[in-house]
Amino acid sequence: MDAALKNFKKFTPKSLPKVENLAQGHRACQGCGEVLALRMALKAMGKNMIVASATGCMEIITSPYPQTAWEVPWIHVAFENAAAVASGIEAGRKALMRKGRIPKQRTTIVAMAGDGGTADIGLQALSGALERGHDFVYICLDNEAYMNTGVQRSSSTPYGAMTTTSPPGKLSMGQNTWKKNMPAIAAAHAIPYLATASPAYYTDLMNKAKKAALIKGPAYLHVYSPCPTGWRLAPELAVDISRLAVQTNVFPLYEVVDGQYILTKKIKKRKPVEDYLKLQGRFRHLDKKMIQEIQERIDRDYEALVQKAALSEVKGESAETEE
Amino acid sequence: MPKRVGIEVSLAASEAACAADTDVVAAYPITPQTHIVEHLSELVADGKLDAEFVPVESEHSAMSVCVGSSAAGARTFTATSSQGLALMHEILFIAPALRTPIVMVVANRALSGPISIWNDHSDIMAERDVGWIQTFAENGQEVFDLIIHAFRVAEDPEVLLPIMVNLDGFTLSHVIEPIEMLSASEVKRYLKPYKPQMVLDPKKPVTMGPVGMPEVYTEAKRQIEALLQGSKKVVVKAWKEFAKHYGRTYKPIETYRMKGAEVVLLTMGSVSETAMTAVDRMWDKGMRVGLLRFRLWRPFPLQEFRRAMRGVKVLAVMDRAISYGGLGGPVFTEVRSALYGTFEQPQVFGFVAGLGGRDITVDMFEEMVKKAIRYAKRGKGPTYEMIGVRER
Repeated sequence: MDAALKNFKKFTPKSLPKVENLAQGHRACQGCGEVLALRMALKAMGKNMIVASATGCMEIITSPYPQTAWEVPWIHVAFENAAAVASGIEAGRKALMRKGRIPKQRTTIVAMAGDGGTADIGLQALSGALERGHDFVYICLDNEAYMNTGVQRSSSTPYGAMTTTSPPGKLSMGQNTWKKNMPAIAAAHAIPYLATASPAYYTDLMNKAKKAALIKGPAYLHVYSPCPTGWRLAPELAVDISRLAVQTNVFPLYEVVDGQYILTKKIKKRKPVEDYLKLQGRFRHLDKKMIQEIQERIDRDYEALVQKAALSEVKGESAETEE
Repeated sequence: MPKRVGIEVSLAASEAACAADTDVVAAYPITPQTHIVEHLSELVADGKLDAEFVPVESEHSAMSVCVGSSAAGARTFTATSSQGLALMHEILFIAPALRTPIVMVVANRALSGPISIWNDHSDIMAERDVGWIQTFAENGQEVFDLIIHAFRVAEDPEVLLPIMVNLDGFTLSHVIEPIEMLSASEVKRYLKPYKPQMVLDPKKPVTMGPVGMPEVYTEAKRQIEALLQGSKKVVVKAWKEFAKHYGRTYKPIETYRMKGAEVVLLTMGSVSETAMTAVDRMWDKGMRVGLLRFRLWRPFPLQEFRRAMRGVKVLAVMDRAISYGGLGGPVFTEVRSALYGTFEQPQVFGFVAGLGGRDITVDMFEEMVKKAIRYAKRGKGPTYEMIGVRER
């Protein structure tokens, strides 16, 4: 394990940092779980950072010139290249520090994108940056579709979900493919740190963000980002749905540290997936058979994850257990 | 005085980036640019160039890394060609908007399809409108000098725009020429360290690349246009300074045997050296033919061009790219437009030749000139035609 994680001090509800890197007054929708998760992740990493953002909701809502919600240096170049831009910032600073032209100080370089900007159009740039081993944190804010353009399906859209390009109809039950396992793809690059996180478990999310920033080399955070607008979900339920996603094993929380899988939130008795689906209009058209199919897949995937974690035999890391 | 050495032009291009003490090189290999990035990675590996070499997974990421590193305040260099330049297309527009003074060498090559690794100008001509300063080199010495010049112009606080230095793939990139190689210390006298005006720094946060609503988008575009047009005086001044330091003089437009010429042949890039031979031969035959080539292509040197064209009756323009469904080659349509409405507007005829590595011979140049004269006498001719097409 990276030396930076030894003596790691966890956040508690009482020790949350006051620092805000993303100011209030941005233009996110009511109940946006994505901007909530982003704000917490940034808080955890402190002020000494530079952010490279992909095109998407978070870029649009925070930067309508001449206004900006960013209290830290921030750059937006295009949709598919946040990881490459971050690579450039890291390489540039590395060279300038070595040549004595800027003070020697490690700065957290953050690249951020949605699920489309990560799992679809930005996958190549991300893979390149992870493989080259740049010292940066990549945050995928997964709201499970192209929300900024009006809820079109991505490879991260869950099976059965209604989007504007996976509409249910006479011959369709909505999205007909299973959600791409993006964390597994990132993990396949053998990076030193990877974690999934949810805004409902905010200290967990912040601890993971802090670890990602502390660790040298590439770190990947896959953050569950509920979108009430796109999911046809009541805006006040964004945090509830985030918790339910974990409790139903739809979105398990785990870390991969140097290849070792660690479940960070063990679910003793999972809730039925129907509890999760029925709150969201995007799943309203699903029949019993499809819900059953989804349930089986979730159980199978979760079991596979538990097996991976068991194989890791991690000492000294005890996951919190939730009933 | 630095001594002349025989060196492959690609390697000279890398040595120029090295002499300029580049901080970051991000590049993806593509024929015929490969020797440039291979040599740069060697220079880094041998500790001769203190830079980060980022071996990216595509040209799209190459340009994205360049924008990131330049925004972080690092002197940034890359090189590409053809399909690679086309893949960068999206980011090429963003680099000037973010005021990132990247220097890029383009080893000009045909665009697919059919796929061709050989030389023409279809790659660069598809990128005329991206907001970069663009220069064309005729020979190896010019490649070296234009790269040094490019850093100085790009990083000028009044400019802060990226620059592409074009050189013909293979026909220039892969030939060995005698070149005066300036050392890093000699370059330092002319090229001061890069002082970025705005940089990504946690101590002084800035927001770069925000959303441009309809209320501001037009003004942002006008700013870039004004900067690019305004960069010409910096380009010219930097060439004058270059001449003072190193004795070699460069101008936006190069002319050859224009005095008393009635017909002018217009070319771009290294083929101009063949064209000179053709011009000499035509003068020997009693034809009054001059040669003109653009060294500076963006911003378009309008006044210089019009001045050079005074008294010319016929202009034959050779393009090395095709503009499908258009009015002729890109250079032809632009120069004709530049001459429209001038007092002594010459008759202008366009020729497309040398596509995808097809040789352009001295005879072909003579053919173009003769045709242009014939059409001019007749008072009409095709707006443009392709030269050297095999009909069977």
